[in-house]
Amino acid sequence: MIVEQFKYDNRWVRNFAFASFIWGFVGMLVGLIIALQLIFPQLNFVEWTTFGRLRPLHTNAVIFAFVGNGLFMGIYYSLQRLLKTRMWSDKLSAIHFWGWQLIIVSAAITLPLGITAGKEYAELEWPIDIAITLIWVVFGINMFATILVRRERHLYVAIWFYIATWITVAMLHIVNSLEIPVTLFKSYSLYAGVQDALVQWWYGHNAVAFFLTTPYLGMMYYFLPKAAGRPVYSYRLSIIHFWALIFLYIWAGPHHLLYTALPDWAQSLGTVFSIMLIAPSWGGMINGLLTLRGAWDKVREDPILKFMVVAVTAYGMATFEGPMLSIKSVNAISHYTDWTIAHVHIGALGWNGFLTFGVLYWLIPRLYKTNLFSIKLANTHFWLGTLGILFYAVPLYWAGFTQSFMWKQFTPEGILKYPNFLETVNAIKPMYMLRAVGGLLYLTGTTVGIYNLFKTAAQGTFQAEEDAEAPALEKEYTPHSNEGWHRVIERRPVQFLIASLIMVAIGGAVELIPTFLIESNVPSIASVKPYTPLELQGRDIYIREGCYNCHSQMIRPFRSETERYGEYSKAGEFVYDHPFQFGSKRTGPDLQREGGKYPDTWHYNHMLEPSSMSPGSIMPSYPHIIDHDLDLSSMEAKIRAMQTLGVPYPKGYAQQARADVDKQATQIQDNLAKGGVKVSKNKEIIALIAYLQRLGTDIKGAPKAAAVK
Amino acid sequence: MSVLFILIAASLAIALLFLLAFIWSVKSGQYEDDYTPSVRILFDETGKSKPVNKTKSI
Repeated sequence: MIVEQFKYDNRWVRNFAFASFIWGFVGMLVGLIIALQLIFPQLNFVEWTTFGRLRPLHTNAVIFAFVGNGLFMGIYYSLQRLLKTRMWSDKLSAIHFWGWQLIIVSAAITLPLGITAGKEYAELEWPIDIAITLIWVVFGINMFATILVRRERHLYVAIWFYIATWITVAMLHIVNSLEIPVTLFKSYSLYAGVQDALVQWWYGHNAVAFFLTTPYLGMMYYFLPKAAGRPVYSYRLSIIHFWALIFLYIWAGPHHLLYTALPDWAQSLGTVFSIMLIAPSWGGMINGLLTLRGAWDKVREDPILKFMVVAVTAYGMATFEGPMLSIKSVNAISHYTDWTIAHVHIGALGWNGFLTFGVLYWLIPRLYKTNLFSIKLANTHFWLGTLGILFYAVPLYWAGFTQSFMWKQFTPEGILKYPNFLETVNAIKPMYMLRAVGGLLYLTGTTVGIYNLFKTAAQGTFQAEEDAEAPALEKEYTPHSNEGWHRVIERRPVQFLIASLIMVAIGGAVELIPTFLIESNVPSIASVKPYTPLELQGRDIYIREGCYNCHSQMIRPFRSETERYGEYSKAGEFVYDHPFQFGSKRTGPDLQREGGKYPDTWHYNHMLEPSSMSPGSIMPSYPHIIDHDLDLSSMEAKIRAMQTLGVPYPKGYAQQARADVDKQATQIQDNLAKGGVKVSKNKEIIALIAYLQRLGTDIKGAPKAAAVK
Repeated sequence: MSVLFILIAASLAIALLFLLAFIWSVKSGQYEDDYTPSVRILFDETGKSKPVNKTKSI
């Protein structure tokens, strides 16, 4: 047996680590700003910093920049050691690192500018989508080539999680990002309405599963045993955990659409699989916690283990809550409220945030050949962070319950007790305040942590190349007789990759294909017509401003909702919605039946200064929509793109569109003038009013029997 | 809604396959060595350079 000498590449591990906590700070800071905007709407400042534009920036920054760089850090460090080989190509590592940072920078520029695809957690426009795909492929090549040239035949459980992460995220991102480009910065989703929603939440939920969970589980299986100095509690459990988790997760997406216009069977399927998910999730959590059996005395002294224990516990709490929230009767209360926000932050702040910092505190001293600068500061960070999570989540749970019950409360006479939506917002403002305190505590902890890590780096010397040795892998391998099938595939990464792909594709295909193929799933409604060109322009403004971050367009079939908003939503109403705008949170009221509710002048004044029409409103004001001229330069391209997507505009309609825009705009201008508002017809506000007044009107006045299936 | 029945059938078939595969794998001794891999990762054969921090005291 020849022992080979080689070097581990620490350079990119270090770079991803620094990128992770620096972007993490930025993402959390933006989070704190938008939390404060909900209490002090004047903090929305200018058009580029309104809530609707900053909230996607916050989510993208913490998911793809903080956690993204964090998982690359973990993978680049552990993969080399687990396989006893250097990353396959230094060049690909560099392209991967810089490419990813460039994507983050382009996201940070385009999102405040209002350049968005309008789908939650997939807001980035098509050129950036393509860049993500390319960089992801670079990452994949680098990872799989490393696996192919490894010196360790057995693939440790962490590596399976990394493989499943890569292949599933690739599939999710490509399928969900299919869109027709209109201009360099504008595209329309290939899917419409309910189908778009299903694809989006299939993506959205599995982004949680395969971007925020599986790679971090892999890291848990590597870094937790390392930090504790003892093997994982049960290797067997880890095998079961892995297969069960990836197979179940892919089906759970529809639980984001319970009681919506999504076909019932798809909702039920999502619920069932979501409930089953508790088993593998808790299997993983228990496996992590029991790894510390007999070592709990270490937890008392070691801040690294403290971070990891709280991370795994938070994972357990979030994955218990997830299945509960997927039960329809619970979801009826929780959906559209801050309960969801609390839930995801247990995952984001607890699981992802704390595991990232646990790993950073373990890793940075090793990369710099020194000890941690200050144990005391790390403990301070830990307690600030833990308090931050509590102050963040508990008030929001309270807020979620409070608001939901207020929405549903009827008087003995059978009318809504709180018909004014704003009453329910004002009731929870104190909770929003406490939430911001929680965010501030957490961010303070992060700042302390970053200082500690920089000081640690400064007192040590970075070792970019780390010497290592291992015997070369024998070319011929004779399997032991009586060897199991799993051991066999563990040695075959390519076949393993294909097997994982098949596993996750089955779930997706069974849910998606029937929805597309079977017409009865989206019953068509004759009175539903495509948007007029002006309404389409208005809709694009609605998407640009990120209105969907606070307003839903999906009335659930509850009496409390139909009383408040009007007839419940039907699948057939959304067939021309590329992309769908159901929304998932009601910081403001639902807008599905907004059309015709108020006069045009109301909307004009409301957009100029919301509190003038709704005293106490926390909505930002939008004077820029009134100032800006409507950009019609891509009008023809938009109509043609819609025609390609199957929206039945008459042939050659693209040429007439401008004339129709002018006609409808003049009408709205006249309406406004009658109400005493003088505004030119070529302003953006005209288009937005056209869209808002159209919302939900297609089936208004239609005989009820026709609408019920 | 007939697609619902197809779905249930397909799901049950897959679940059954996995159950059979699992029972078979346990019976065939698949998980005989489910300990070594978990211990092996704890040891890093770092080459000439001496590992600092290996038993870091905090």
